Amino acid sequence: MNIKGDAWKYGDDINTDLIIPARRMSTSEPEELAKYCLEDEDPDFVKKMKTGDILVGLKNFGCGSSREHAPLAIKHAGVSLVIAKTFARIFFRNCINIGLPILEAKECAEEAKTGDRFEVDLDQGVIKNITQGKTYQSTPFPGFMQEIVRAGGLINYLKASGKIS
Amino acid sequence: MTKMTVTEKILAAHAGKEEVRPGDYIMARVDIALGNDITAPIAIREFYQAGGKKVFDSTKVVLVPDHFAPNKDIQSAEQCKILRDFAREQKLKHYFEIGRMGVEHALLPEKGIVLPGDLVIGADSHTCTYGALGAFATGVGSTDLAAAMLSGEAWFKVPETIKFIYYGVLPPYVSGKDLILYTIGDIGVDGALYRAMEFSGETIDKLSIDSRFTMANMAIEAGAKNGIFAVDSCTVNYVTERNATRGYTIYKSDEDAEYCEVKEYDVSKIEPQVAFPHLPSNTRPVSEASHIKIDQVIIGSCTNVRIQDLREAARVIKGKSVSRHVRMIVIPATQDIYRQAMKEGLIDIFLDAKAAVSTPTCGPCLGGHMGILAKGERAVSTTNRNFVGRMGHPESEVYLTNPAVAAASAVLGKITHPDEVLRGE
Repeated sequence: MNIKGDAWKYGDDINTDLIIPARRMSTSEPEELAKYCLEDEDPDFVKKMKTGDILVGLKNFGCGSSREHAPLAIKHAGVSLVIAKTFARIFFRNCINIGLPILEAKECAEEAKTGDRFEVDLDQGVIKNITQGKTYQSTPFPGFMQEIVRAGGLINYLKASGKIS
Repeated sequence: MTKMTVTEKILAAHAGKEEVRPGDYIMARVDIALGNDITAPIAIREFYQAGGKKVFDSTKVVLVPDHFAPNKDIQSAEQCKILRDFAREQKLKHYFEIGRMGVEHALLPEKGIVLPGDLVIGADSHTCTYGALGAFATGVGSTDLAAAMLSGEAWFKVPETIKFIYYGVLPPYVSGKDLILYTIGDIGVDGALYRAMEFSGETIDKLSIDSRFTMANMAIEAGAKNGIFAVDSCTVNYVTERNATRGYTIYKSDEDAEYCEVKEYDVSKIEPQVAFPHLPSNTRPVSEASHIKIDQVIIGSCTNVRIQDLREAARVIKGKSVSRHVRMIVIPATQDIYRQAMKEGLIDIFLDAKAAVSTPTCGPCLGGHMGILAKGERAVSTTNRNFVGRMGHPESEVYLTNPAVAAASAVLGKITHPDEVLRGE
């Protein structure tokens, strides 16, 4: 699967309260959550971004709460991919489980700037920063996680493997 | 036989394997799967969407409406109702209605629902609290909870383990909260990312169970998958008093188990800690924080409001008054803790000091309700996170401390070492 989009670059430790604060979590409707995606980090993010754009963070992206509202808000805001140096672990597994594409790519995340145009081959994990003319290889996911992503998320994966009927 | 850490042993046992190694991917049986009013509604929706009819075991799925409960508004009431309806339909043994409810990570150990050697997942990041009892417990998302409700299993990558060794005698007013804040200050908010934190050493051997809960609770603030303590007589005494309805297994790390890192701390040199905005790792000794004026004090949350915490706060504030410039809110974590505090006269001490005392709720910790901050306001809080906007307005600030420092700060209206309030007594 190929993704094309423009980057929105943020810093270290973008936590789940910044992605979706508790005051917006009286609901669990993804479309409602999406309206407030990243509002305490960048109040205009949702207004500025276009569907298909790419979110770039540095270390420990998604740290904090287990709220699946965070990746849901990102996904339903129209973000096609999150790239970071490292991801916090619950956020990481939530993304895998709900089928929001993420890639760990240290140099790419460090060098990316807001507005850079990206072209990404998700299956190969190859990231091209077209604006800067650079190509990066992301850290490959283990086969087990690739199977969950390919199945379209954890529930579908478990169904396909006969764990749930 | 490969040598294993306690975390590896519990994971291996629940995956039906002789051994596991860090980096292995496993499907493991869960003993308890937990959700709350924020995370369970999504899990319940996914449970039905996947064609779910019955949860895998009605005694092992636990639902606690504690975050925005007692219902803070109509939307929250609807979320809590989703839990209530599901609990009734599924005949869940462990659903806790208002009046029985407590903050989940204080409640489950207290009721004997989580036990040593268990594998517990919870759709709440502070599920790691139960490591205090020698269980493997970790936070997951709502989809993981849905999958576990359907199948009784969850997937894991076996983590490497960092061993933390604490030695020396704790100085006055230094508790588990200070040890964990000091540790996070040392290693950073991603210092244990994807890893297990195993807490040990002579200081830990003497540490109270409540302080152990506080330390395990905040393992997530260092990015850890879980925090865990060895089971000893302190653990066994605590568990025995719970009258648990099932047995448990004690797992111990092998003496020559492999650790990816070992950190040692001399606790005798540690002062009470204050985590400054906006990260739990931004710690300083309280003596370097005494210039910070505050508007609110919260003694609450799954982190730090068990009976020992209330005793420590009450000891500092007894016979004193909360500053006229400060609102102090005390939220005992469970009904039993509330009642015990009443029996010991602690609630009277707080009321006499002009603190508000609330029924259990997570409330202000995550900026839900019961103590939201206005623009520019500052709070000292015994909770676990001080991210931007965590307790209210994005331009408010949260300083994390232990309960004794929080109580002392309420009295003087600025961040205060308890000694300063108790001097001369």
